[in-house]
Amino acid sequence: MKIVKHEIPSIDGKGIMLGHKAFTDDFAEANSLIVKVLRSPHAFAKIKKINVEKARKLPGVEIVLTHHDVPRKPFTRAGQGYPEPSPHDKFVLDEYVRYVGDEVAAVAAVDEKTADEALKLIEVEYKVFDPVLDFETALHHDSVIHPEEDIHEMFPIGFKPAINQAAAYHMEVEDVEKALKDCEVVLEETFYTQAQAHAMMEPHTVNARLDIHNRLIIYSATQTPFHVRRIISQALSIPISRIRVIKPRVGGGFGGKQALHGEMLVSLVTLRTKKPAKMVYTRKEVFESSYTRHPMRIKVKLGADTTGKLKAIDCHILSDTGAYGEHALTVFMVAGSKVLPMYNKVDAVRFHGEVVYTNKTPAGAYRGYGAIQGNYAVESAIDMLAHQLKIDPIELRKMNMIAENETSPIFAIMGEGTEGTAMNMETCKLDYCVERGKTLIGWDEKYPRVDISDHKIRSVGMAIAMQGSGIPYIDMGAATIKLNDDGFYNLTIGATDIGQGSDTILAQIAAEALMTTVDKVVVYSSDTDLTPFDTGAYASSTTYISGNAVYKAALKMLELLKEAAAKALKVDTASIDFDGELFTSTESETTISLSQLSNRLYYNEDQEQLTATGSYYGTKSPPPFMAGFIEIEIDKETAEIDVLNYVSVVDCGTPINPKLAQGQVEGGIIQGLGMAHFEEVKYSKKGQLVSNDWLNYKIPTSLDVKKLTTEFADSYEESGPYGAKSVGEIGIDTPPAALANAVYNALGVRITSLPITAEKIFKKIQEIKGD
Amino acid sequence: MIVEMTLNHQVKRFDVDHDETLLQTLRKHGVMSVKNGCNASSCGTCTVLVDGKPMLSCSLLTIRLQNKKVVTVEGLQEEVEKIGHYFGLEGADQCGYCNPGVALAIYAMKQSLANPSSEEIKTFLVGNLCRCSGHQAQFKAVKRYLGDPL
Repeated sequence: MKIVKHEIPSIDGKGIMLGHKAFTDDFAEANSLIVKVLRSPHAFAKIKKINVEKARKLPGVEIVLTHHDVPRKPFTRAGQGYPEPSPHDKFVLDEYVRYVGDEVAAVAAVDEKTADEALKLIEVEYKVFDPVLDFETALHHDSVIHPEEDIHEMFPIGFKPAINQAAAYHMEVEDVEKALKDCEVVLEETFYTQAQAHAMMEPHTVNARLDIHNRLIIYSATQTPFHVRRIISQALSIPISRIRVIKPRVGGGFGGKQALHGEMLVSLVTLRTKKPAKMVYTRKEVFESSYTRHPMRIKVKLGADTTGKLKAIDCHILSDTGAYGEHALTVFMVAGSKVLPMYNKVDAVRFHGEVVYTNKTPAGAYRGYGAIQGNYAVESAIDMLAHQLKIDPIELRKMNMIAENETSPIFAIMGEGTEGTAMNMETCKLDYCVERGKTLIGWDEKYPRVDISDHKIRSVGMAIAMQGSGIPYIDMGAATIKLNDDGFYNLTIGATDIGQGSDTILAQIAAEALMTTVDKVVVYSSDTDLTPFDTGAYASSTTYISGNAVYKAALKMLELLKEAAAKALKVDTASIDFDGELFTSTESETTISLSQLSNRLYYNEDQEQLTATGSYYGTKSPPPFMAGFIEIEIDKETAEIDVLNYVSVVDCGTPINPKLAQGQVEGGIIQGLGMAHFEEVKYSKKGQLVSNDWLNYKIPTSLDVKKLTTEFADSYEESGPYGAKSVGEIGIDTPPAALANAVYNALGVRITSLPITAEKIFKKIQEIKGD
Repeated sequence: MIVEMTLNHQVKRFDVDHDETLLQTLRKHGVMSVKNGCNASSCGTCTVLVDGKPMLSCSLLTIRLQNKKVVTVEGLQEEVEKIGHYFGLEGADQCGYCNPGVALAIYAMKQSLANPSSEEIKTFLVGNLCRCSGHQAQFKAVKRYLGDPL
């Protein structure tokens, strides 16, 4: 391969660094109305009275919207395909407010100052209720968070708002209780994972205007432009053909921008006033009023025999979806479906639980999407079992983990909100990943710990992980390739580059197939008017799903080119050879260059526009796998942790662009380490999110990263484009368990809740000493 | 209130409100490289150079910049092109939202520190947050850029 598997610099990085217009707010009209939202100061309340007269009369205010002024049609902001596995439990504006930061009203004014002033003039009288702030008491709580009658699920997901249940699920292979009873060793532990903030650098941003056809033209920092178009159309009852959504470059998403945030209100303002309008979330709003990761309580039971053969796994999860049920069922299910199949040799396995509403910031999609939560619990428990059995944790995993050409019944049972899809692991280099990682970290010399001094210990820990590559039979991507005069191409794709580099790697796939170079493939993504459909950047789907679509489009284009060349050379198409630049007829030994052919097609003879479209949906979701190894130095007295090295060995099939793939893995590792070590969304006793800026919510900085060692296993997934699987999410999954395991290996204390802070370790040490 | 400053090597006069920040002034006048990430001087995406020093434009009142020299990446294209080149080679570009700001910080570091140690580099850049890259690729790109003559 000449282009694929080569380290090509991202095609747009330099242009962005040089300061050219790239992001949503860069394209806002200079005269946009500024849209601002009045947000609830209460965790749970009903608006008894709202008086906006003073705000409306303020000079410069164009419009004020309350729940009296907007269409009442339940929808979900989740940004998923249709019908969504998330309940339709949200209104553009509602008489109830369900968390501190929920929308009460919106104003649009000529400038920011006037909009802020107008917000202060809105008088609201609330009836305040007792909020549900502890998710473990949410089920059957006296306060019902969604008492309204006109909300519903799209298909059965266990939606029971009367008991604060957004979703529930149960599956069992064989009889787990019985299998556990027969086990010689049973390990049982409960783990807690926290809310994590996406903290992408670009805040949620949207702007709108009407065009000369009176259509609504929206620029949005979104991962899902086509879903945004559909959901706006449905919720606001305007024909979908009247809406165009343009996604320029997006400044990071990590799942947070899969959903709709400001789109509804900005659209309404523009539709009602006929004027351009825009909204840029403040950083406080990004933290407080967008999404977090779903916090979970995960109860794990592992059963094994004394040789270490795993016989049964039981996993019960209680997940906290916050005020709205976006991604409630699916994130929770992925905590099982992308973790439990790793131990596919068990006799019995059960996964069950509930997803509950609370009066907190809604939880939503976030890189890892449940897998990181489930991974922390199960991969911690596996180490605990190994210690109980006195078996090396790596050996225990090697005895029990999934291997190439194997399968798990879970694949067929658990999909994302629906039934799953049976599949064999055509590629699974987990065994290599584990062995290679073990060597790279120096496991044999360092496990479990090395004393450095009286105060300092170094230790190692590890975990394995799997993810997916799109959602089978649901996620769809499409690409159109157009030939231009002089022989260069346009590649238009619905796939959504949010910084992960998909425009670059999709150009590489097209260039490889067309036997040309990346500079001859001009990429444009994504625009609901101009590019073909794509479900969007989520579920680790772009490389595999959209990549396959690009590959198919390129093969079609090659056929069209050969037909046109045959016509020009007056020979049979079968006799045409093409090397990317020159067509040669084996029949007549005549030639024509791509450039000549293109110019002929557009200017001279047999004039015709050549365009080819390919589309693809997966019939399976080949998982990428990885082994993650951490080396830490820990202070015995203060429990302060320094992460010295993180080794990742990843099987993502062919890395289309090894440097960009490495960036995906390392970015994921550092975000995962943030969650493992110190990131935590915190609330006051009254339910106010208090970690609402970067001083109170620390993300890893340049000083937190010592060394990352990243390698790829030699792997080729036949069903993927040039052998590729996904790589966007897998990196985030292992750090929590790997760190927990390393801390145990250093000090003999098991931290069962995230984040693993020095404070928690210190307290645990004191507890043990106290005993 | 009229403020006269040198913006990207040209003398400019801006009519600004007393409470307008430099970030607002710049974006209002089409300098789109300067980003709003937090508006609270903690993320670094709005970094500009004021008299050669990296400063956060979200927390600078424009009226205080009378007769100052303000530079953004629009006024430092050749040097930023080099930094971008090494970012590309190391795969350090992801979403890019922080990149114009970080490029200015890197350039300012090269001006002010001779042969900085790894720790000095990381400390200098600690105020420029990045949520995508994992920092190591950026760090490698910076090291390579520092090896280039100015």
